[in-house]
Amino acid sequence: MGTSVFYFVATLSVIFSLLVIFSKNPVHSVLYLILTFFTFTVHYVLLNAQFLAVVNFIVYMGAIMVLFLFVLMLLNLNKDNEPLKSNMVKIVGVIAGCCLLVTLIGSLKATAVSDPVLLRNPDLGLLKNLGKELFGPFMLPFELSSILLLSAMVGAVLLTKKEKV
Amino acid sequence: MEPLTSKKKVLAQKPLSFAERMYLPAILKGLTVTISHLFKKEATIRYPEQEREFSTNFRGMHSLKRDESGRERCTACGLCALSCPAEAITMIAAERKPEEKDLYREEKYASVYEINMLRCIFCGLCEEACPKEAIYLDGPIVPADYLRKDFIYGKDKLVEQPLNNKL
Amino acid sequence: MDIAFVIEKFILVTIIFAISLLIAMYSTYAERKVAAFLQDRLGPDRAGPFGILQPLADGVKMFMKEEIIPSNASKWLFMVGPGLAMLTACIGTAVIPWGSAITIGDRIIPLQVTDINVGILYIFGVVSLGVYGVMIGGWASNNKYSLLSAIRAASQNISYEIAMGLSIIALLLVTGTMSLKEIVEQQHGWHWNILYQPLGFLIFMVCAFAETNRAPFDLPECETELIGGYHTEYSSMKLGFYLFAEYINMFVSSAVMATLYFGGYNYPGMDWVLLHTGPIIGPLIGTLVFFIKIFTFIFFFMWVRWTIPRFRYDQLMHLGWKGLIPLAIANIIITGIVIAIIEKF
Repeated sequence: MGTSVFYFVATLSVIFSLLVIFSKNPVHSVLYLILTFFTFTVHYVLLNAQFLAVVNFIVYMGAIMVLFLFVLMLLNLNKDNEPLKSNMVKIVGVIAGCCLLVTLIGSLKATAVSDPVLLRNPDLGLLKNLGKELFGPFMLPFELSSILLLSAMVGAVLLTKKEKV
Repeated sequence: MEPLTSKKKVLAQKPLSFAERMYLPAILKGLTVTISHLFKKEATIRYPEQEREFSTNFRGMHSLKRDESGRERCTACGLCALSCPAEAITMIAAERKPEEKDLYREEKYASVYEINMLRCIFCGLCEEACPKEAIYLDGPIVPADYLRKDFIYGKDKLVEQPLNNKL
Repeated sequence: MDIAFVIEKFILVTIIFAISLLIAMYSTYAERKVAAFLQDRLGPDRAGPFGILQPLADGVKMFMKEEIIPSNASKWLFMVGPGLAMLTACIGTAVIPWGSAITIGDRIIPLQVTDINVGILYIFGVVSLGVYGVMIGGWASNNKYSLLSAIRAASQNISYEIAMGLSIIALLLVTGTMSLKEIVEQQHGWHWNILYQPLGFLIFMVCAFAETNRAPFDLPECETELIGGYHTEYSSMKLGFYLFAEYINMFVSSAVMATLYFGGYNYPGMDWVLLHTGPIIGPLIGTLVFFIKIFTFIFFFMWVRWTIPRFRYDQLMHLGWKGLIPLAIANIIITGIVIAIIEKF
């Protein structure tokens, strides 16, 4: 049952991510992105990582995407004010896309089917275990990343200030 | 400039104190005020069943009066229609026939007497203008209705009940 | 997973769903009655005795009204909006423990749909998702006022979510678990969390008012500035869904507050009652107590609505960012220090 659910949700996430790219209206794009994140949440639940699932739910779906939607609603983008793209840009885009495709195919060729990774502790994603891992062996990277986020925050505040600082 | 009177009061806008900035004391005060109203008697009057006491000079729906022997007093002189600032009153006069002597007091009477209640402003000028004391605004509130035509009240609604029908 | 388990859960879900809809229905009636009583009036009293059938009449009216979809609206999203608002309002009830387990025969039936170990975060996620219904509806209406209201709702929710999360963190320091069931069990008798976290409760409550868009934080639907707010263009039962979702949100947040800070189904002297009433009636009395707490909170929501005037937008942001967030952080630090001292000695 687990695998069939996985394949169903995986198909959904692929479809929704494609819709993000192909929908003309940016607001619709963002809404599809939210659905994509929701399928990711389901993936986390299937992997027994409840904490990550809920955090993904709160932070990505509940906060970041709300801000995205917020900005896009204010911008009111539609077909009329879309900037005209020159042919040059299109050609460059096609070349870049082909390069990416070639790289992807190459990397796919290089990979071999690996053995499924067996977790020593399948309940690693549960709240208590994850907390112990994060504040035990991974203390330093965890704290460093929080400092990184703090500096990003300070930077963002500085950017909004006027020049006279 | 020198103030002319001593009534001028200087209002100083003091910055809020810490307790005031916390909002909480003010909110609690407000909450006690509203909760005290929960236990007060309501001021509502359930209208169709209960009615408010009107003052004695309240002007409500018109009624066309009869005299002591039950004859209509109105003589269709048209003074009420003339005095009406809203032009709400129309009437058609008719001559009394000999066999109608106990129906109408004067030789001329109003065969049709209509008041448009949508136009009427209940000023009471018709009452004052009437030389025969035939019209008084002593009725209840004019009720609501759905159609405009239903607000044109004819004699069927305006004329007082005959004496023998009265309680 | 046997059949009996599935049936048991199905019945429980149905009952909870029905109860929350019923309570939301009668909240609309209660709101009008409370408003009337606080203003020395009578409130609706025509439909049935004391107007008790008023919600039914309102529901019939909502269904019978003509449904209008503006021609320039984004049709699909216009319809998704109210549905999403309703959905996010309802799914919050899944993790709330409505009572301690009932024992029938040798079967123990917990009065909670699911006890996940991240219960609080789940509630939090559902609440943060609730803004989508408002935002999508407001944007899809293609109306300036609706859009403004949607943006207000979004920024208000995001701002107050932070303070709410921080106030919960202080509570988690005390409880040491995120499962709502365990949090309730810890508050046995009168050891309610409000005694340990009064400041945290205050912050949480203010944020709950803001998250449910209730007065004094009902800026997204303030009539004087934004006509009807995000549901200006809505009519018929779609409008009904939006109004209904607000009351379900109020019910759920009252339940969460009662669970987290007021002991859920615990009450002083519960052991004695449990001993004397048996394994079925005893827990149900606890559930009754829980609902009494919820109704008290719902009344409080209404009481505040008819007392305090609406905040201005800058005051709202000022209170959220400069008032509640520093206060919540201070609360975390103080709680942490106190817990550290207690553990040391």
